Amino acid sequence: MTTGRVLVVDDDPSLAEMLSIILEGEGLEVTVCAAGDLALRAFRESKPDVVLLDVMLPGIDGVEVCRQIRAESTVPIVMLTARTDTVDVVLGLESGADDYVTKPFKPQELVARVRARLRRGDDNAEAETLQLGDLTIDVPGHVVTREGSTILLTPLEFDLLVALARKPWQVFSRETLLEQVWGYRHAGDTRLVNVHVQRLRSKVENDPENPQIVLTVRGVGYKAGKA
Amino acid sequence: MFLGTFVALALGTYMYQRIATGLTARATSIGEQQALNERDYAQSLFNNAPRTDINSLRAIGLQIAAPVTGTGRESDGGQHDRIVIMRSVDNTFPPLGIISTESGDERLIPASLRAAVQKDPTHAQLQIGTAPVNGKMIPAVIVGARIVIPNAGNYDFYLVSPMTAETQMLGIVRTSFLLGGLALTLLLAGIAYLVTRMVVSPVRDAAHVSERLTAGALNERMQVSGEDDLARLATSFNAMADSLQRQIRQLEDLSKLQQRFTSDVSHELRTPLTTIRMASDMIHASRSDFTAPVARSAELLSRELDRFETLLTDLLEISRFDAGAATASHEPGDLRDIVERVVDGCESLAAAQGVRLRVHARRPAVAPMDARRIERIVRNLVTNAIEHAEHKPVDITVAANPTAVAVAVRDYGVGLREGDAEQVFNRFWRADPARARTIGGTGLGLSISLEDARLHDGWLQAWGEPGNGACFRLTLPVRAGQPIVRSPVTLAPDDSSIGIAMPRGNSLTMGTPAAGGPVGHSDPGGERWRSAR
Ligand SMILES: Nc1ncnc2c1ncn2[C@@H]1O[C@H](COP(=O)(O)OP(=O)(O)OP(=O)(O)O)[C@@H](O)[C@H]1O
Ligand SMILES: [Mg+2]
Repeated sequence: MTTGRVLVVDDDPSLAEMLSIILEGEGLEVTVCAAGDLALRAFRESKPDVVLLDVMLPGIDGVEVCRQIRAESTVPIVMLTARTDTVDVVLGLESGADDYVTKPFKPQELVARVRARLRRGDDNAEAETLQLGDLTIDVPGHVVTREGSTILLTPLEFDLLVALARKPWQVFSRETLLEQVWGYRHAGDTRLVNVHVQRLRSKVENDPENPQIVLTVRGVGYKAGKA
Repeated sequence: MFLGTFVALALGTYMYQRIATGLTARATSIGEQQALNERDYAQSLFNNAPRTDINSLRAIGLQIAAPVTGTGRESDGGQHDRIVIMRSVDNTFPPLGIISTESGDERLIPASLRAAVQKDPTHAQLQIGTAPVNGKMIPAVIVGARIVIPNAGNYDFYLVSPMTAETQMLGIVRTSFLLGGLALTLLLAGIAYLVTRMVVSPVRDAAHVSERLTAGALNERMQVSGEDDLARLATSFNAMADSLQRQIRQLEDLSKLQQRFTSDVSHELRTPLTTIRMASDMIHASRSDFTAPVARSAELLSRELDRFETLLTDLLEISRFDAGAATASHEPGDLRDIVERVVDGCESLAAAQGVRLRVHARRPAVAPMDARRIERIVRNLVTNAIEHAEHKPVDITVAANPTAVAVAVRDYGVGLREGDAEQVFNRFWRADPARARTIGGTGLGLSISLEDARLHDGWLQAWGEPGNGACFRLTLPVRAGQPIVRSPVTLAPDDSSIGIAMPRGNSLTMGTPAAGGPVGHSDPGGERWRSAR
């Protein structure tokens, strides 16, 4: 069983404790932080592998905390939201969250989301280098370079790029990407894909307005640009 | 404007006529007087003629007829008066010949005047004729009288005085009248234009401002200037706009408050529910460690939590509709894909109920839609059908026509009693609350479906007969904003109006159909009702 450290940022003590019980039951190490303004310090101290972040927090709200953490780390962030309102979810995702779960959620659902974010790194260690446009992707090393300089991607953005680059001939539907990259077994929220493609483009495209690396195939999904 | 011109014209014409008559009257009286003087002078010349032979008399006549001068009337060019002396018709003396100021002048004397002089020789006879002046024929006063020339008998004496001055004057009057009339007309037009500008442009402003207001620019106001009626109009218009704006703001605040409340409740309820849910799941997972009653309690707890959760989700969804906060994205989607997904998802439920799902979808049925909402509608229709199918198959038909795409879900189970088809869309309504339910229903499914259909400007209709099953049909417009003409699939088996009903206002909180416009119209054709926004 994978061990990993999880930082839970939630102001509701019962929920935080319940989350700890569940996650510890899964063999994970859990740190709890109860306020938004303390979150960044807790993050620096505990160096978690995944952050579980409630959107509604006293002090600084979850979206802002997400932004702060994102500014200094590519750690996977999963948001806990109570509202399915488009604005809330999109705001959270745009601030840098990788995924979200809507309250109330089932324990298995949460564990699946956390596991999906932890799952990486231990799969294949054999050397694999992909070429996409003017980008060079070192798959086991998790490094993307353009003309020698490294582009910093979150693990999720990296996975998304690799998934597309491995099969440049294939058009990926949003559902397929949700399954391959996010690890959703059932239908997920396709907005996740849209938002993260935008974030990825803003980092890897020379001109995000006129993408060459990640192309949109109208009505179907996305595909990689020419190698 | 037109009227003004007409009045000016009529007035001008009338005055012109009056002046003309006045001038003519003056000219005739002067002419008559002068003619009499001339005649008397001529008579006396003849009477005192020293010799009365034809030649001497003729000489006297010519002397008389020589261009008259010094009478105070202009006599230059051809404008001077002319005298004509002619033998009377009944004169039997040897003729003196025609004596006239200018040869040919006798032709100016109308025959009727000659006859009149003949008839009444004692008085001067007067007529208006014409005389050539400078080559132009102009009106002239012609006076005829009788003179008696000794030894030559009765002669007619005529004086032709062309109304040169009068004609000239009339010409001047006419020109000035025409010019004046023209100026007056232009002035009238100008004034009319100015007045229209002054009155119409504020009215136009008002129209423009109200259009802007209608378009949602609630801060738009009219400019108030001056103290007149128009200023008052602007002031009251602005007052109206103020009060409208205030009320709209209030409503907006209320709606915002409700949305806020909804979302707060949502958050506040969901957090503890999440904890309970996880705790219950843990207990449920280890229920084998407990005694039978505790284990059963754990099961009940877990199941009821599921129900509680769906109920909460449904209620929150409905309050979002009520707050007007629900928005739909509109991306092209194929109803066939949605039906396929729903059927896949319902396969196990259908199998458990012994119901076969038969899909009839040959052609694509693409329309702009919010796939999540449409899928929710179709899933509810299909699960409802499975629940009520009584182990008989369920037919799901997808079709398209130029204006609409539709999916109809038809079962052959319990059906709907008369009147039920209207009720099914009501919140919390269930045909038989005691009916054994296999899927915990809350009775909110169809009301949410209806709201979802409404967000798409679509129709959601029900038909049913007891024992013959029920049919629910969702019809969506192919292009946003373009109304559905008819649905591509039939609702009732015979497509008659029997047993077909439309849901009317079924809003829990706002209550009246008026709040959302008419919900449905009945018509005896195939399209029963449409849910309007
Ligand atoms: N196909 C059908 N045949 C007969 N009755 C139906 C059919 N579909 C719906 N009804 C009646 O309409 C009622 C309301 O349906 P609705 O979908 O709104 O609620 P529900 O299915 O009871 O609960 P929910 O969908 O919220 O879980 C049902 O309870 C049932 O009585
Ligand atoms: Mg239902």
